[in-house]
Amino acid sequence: MEWIYNPWPWYIGGPMIALVLFLLLFFGKSFGMSSNLRTLCTICGAGKTTAFFNFDWKKQQWNLLVSLGAIIGGALATQYMTSDDAVAIHPDTVTKLKEFQIESAGTAYLPTELFSLEALMDPKVILVLAVGGFLVGFGARYAGGCTSGHAISGLSNLQLVSLYAVIGFFIGGLFMNHLLLPYIL
Amino acid sequence: MRQLSFLFIGIVFGITMYKSEAASWFRIYEMFQFKSFHMYGIIGSALALGVLMIQLIKRYKIKSAFGEPIEIPDKAKSFYRYAYGGIIFGLGWGLAGACPGPIFTLIGAGFYPILIVLFFAVLGTWVYGLIADKLPH
Repeated sequence: MEWIYNPWPWYIGGPMIALVLFLLLFFGKSFGMSSNLRTLCTICGAGKTTAFFNFDWKKQQWNLLVSLGAIIGGALATQYMTSDDAVAIHPDTVTKLKEFQIESAGTAYLPTELFSLEALMDPKVILVLAVGGFLVGFGARYAGGCTSGHAISGLSNLQLVSLYAVIGFFIGGLFMNHLLLPYIL
Repeated sequence: MRQLSFLFIGIVFGITMYKSEAASWFRIYEMFQFKSFHMYGIIGSALALGVLMIQLIKRYKIKSAFGEPIEIPDKAKSFYRYAYGGIIFGLGWGLAGACPGPIFTLIGAGFYPILIVLFFAVLGTWVYGLIADKLPH
């Protein structure tokens, strides 16, 4: 039973994502998590501000249920399927992050310097999370999808435009990681 | 019943995101440092199976659970919205270390500061909606 508590290798994780894609197609839907952000806007009344949010959100109820499931899945995984949640990243990455005062590298699931309640005492951390979230939401809707909608669904269906989006994801991610993060962290 | 199926699919997805560590900020950081094959293996193997699966669905006209043909609409053709939107998304992904799926998973896993990321992701989506007609698509 030890294996159940260990992190999953890529060759389990990837096929499981493909299974999720298949199940959603089999139930007549498509895989795309960022659509839920738009639905949440509509539920909050954004339809009164611009027509983009004027749609019947009840038709997206299935996807909200997928998100709710993802929340429950996260809780189940951490409560019952994990004994040690430290992520074994490459030693070079640990060294590099420690240079940026991310001391939790190699010993935690998320950097406690950004994702613990104590860390929120630092306004800079709140700003990092807020700006990161804003760009994710804005960019995903502008590009018409996120990692699930383009990198998995779109590329699986051989959509050239999803390749443009995924190349964009990497240009943005690499720029942030190599050129901006060293000054932000 | 249908509703329960979607909840179940979400649970499988959430467990997968957490256990494969795709929801870890560290894994995303490491991916952009090209220090590990892990994330490329996850996305690559999901994609290889996804391409195969969709080809089979199309070739054998496999029907959905409700007996309807499975239709996968093509995405609208354009360049700018995907390139610009993609780059903006990538900047956020590299900073917050979480894309929309893992954001939900991490709420369940009890990392409550991720709620700030979620709130601003919803806000970002709303601002996009407000100014969409002024942006190049």
